[in-house]
Amino acid sequence: MDHFPTNWGRPRNDAYDSYGTYPIPHRPYNGPKDAFGEGVQRTQQPIVTGTSVLAIKYKDGIMMAADNLASYGSLARFKDVQRLTAVGEFTVIGASGDMSDFQYIQSMLDDKMVEEFTSQDGHALGPAEIHEYLSFIMYGRRTKMDPLWNSFLVGGFKEGQRFLAYVDLLGTTYSASAMATGYGAHIALPLLRTAVEGKENLLTEEQAQKILEECMKVLFYRDARSLNKYQIATITAAGPSISESRELATSWSFAEGIRGYGAQTQ
Amino acid sequence: MTSIGTGYDLSASTYSPDGRIFQVEYANKAVENSGTAIGLRCKDGVVIAVEKLVHSKLLVPGANRRIQTVDRHIGLATAGLMADGRHIANRARDEAASFRDIYRSPPPLKTIVDRVGLFVQAFTLYSSVRPFGISTILGAVDKDGPALYVVEPSGVFYGYHGAAVGKGRQLAKTELEKLKLAELSTREAVTEAARIIYAVHEDSKEKEFELEMSWIGNESKGVFVPVPEDLLAEAERKAKEALENFE
Repeated sequence: MDHFPTNWGRPRNDAYDSYGTYPIPHRPYNGPKDAFGEGVQRTQQPIVTGTSVLAIKYKDGIMMAADNLASYGSLARFKDVQRLTAVGEFTVIGASGDMSDFQYIQSMLDDKMVEEFTSQDGHALGPAEIHEYLSFIMYGRRTKMDPLWNSFLVGGFKEGQRFLAYVDLLGTTYSASAMATGYGAHIALPLLRTAVEGKENLLTEEQAQKILEECMKVLFYRDARSLNKYQIATITAAGPSISESRELATSWSFAEGIRGYGAQTQ
Repeated sequence: MTSIGTGYDLSASTYSPDGRIFQVEYANKAVENSGTAIGLRCKDGVVIAVEKLVHSKLLVPGANRRIQTVDRHIGLATAGLMADGRHIANRARDEAASFRDIYRSPPPLKTIVDRVGLFVQAFTLYSSVRPFGISTILGAVDKDGPALYVVEPSGVFYGYHGAAVGKGRQLAKTELEKLKLAELSTREAVTEAARIIYAVHEDSKEKEFELEMSWIGNESKGVFVPVPEDLLAEAERKAKEALENFE
């Protein structure tokens, strides 16, 4: 019950609020309220994060790379996190951004894949469908002002077709033959483009791997949220395969010569 | 039938004076009129086979499957009313999905069967509903290995090494008892299952039938899927051969 008579409608006589001084939009709301409504917070920043994901097209399919680090702010918190995950028989998703949101999406996609499997209709979700679905989820959540704080690369191979596309926390999507998320989009993408564009149908697996390894190395040198432990995923006609963790061979001897900051006496 | 005319068979919420619920027993009759379904729990997996009676030549071959998939590792076959079978499969899928949602792991078959059993049982309690006219064979390979259960219209369920429901269940059970199921591989079980389905099919009075077979085991990479076409064809060929030699 709203106990404010001015909210009941037009006053019954002119003696009471005869000039309608109580404008409608300014009336107090006296209906039921969600007591915790103001306490509910939407994701405003990622917490435990993964850095760049790289992906390129090559002769036999798609190759992706991501390191094994999940950072807590600038702290290198978890060093054995897998950020590349196979979804079904044709697709790999690489995630940067919030790792808990990524885990949520992994389980959501797994439920979807089980649902599709049980229908036994002779159709399996391929990379294009998974990417489309994911983009609707991401866009839907950003429209609720509660985004899933990730950017994803979706790579796949189905029916002889390569697929590589991006989707992020805003629901933005695009596609290219060389792609990177996060810091990698600044540092590694130019290198990837030079190495890959126009040669998508020529690059062998070894060459593709070499390109990605080189870029991961550059990223490890330049990206303060990266790790020298990474994984490579390939998606070809044989299906998705994600490698064991491998180490990057880096050399830091040049650091000796750096002057200007750090614990130097002169 | 002694029950007819006594008035105790009009509702599932009424017992007869000797403690029976006739509507549940009638539901069992619906199961007995259906094409046979069998399940074999063997050494490394489970095979489910169905004699799907084809009531019209106009039907698309392979249509109206009676074996359905519940989860990656769980499948079921029903004998009885087809529509009830679809409903129970949907329910089982929902239960499996909800288990996954809560526990973040693949559901053990026992849990799913338990929940499906409770669901079926609820339909034996009220005058406003009819009990399910199906018996359901559920098979899976879960964390405890191969598992096979049957849920009956009353809601009871039992675990089996070999199970048979539907028209030819008596003969099928006799044949299943002759097998050493615990030592059988899934591949061998496919041949045996095909043979049994062909053996129980009453050629003289019955219509045409399709053999429907699904399995789960190492050979199916741990997922519940239809038996590959070449293997199915081979099993059918052997089954027909065995039938001729028998006669």
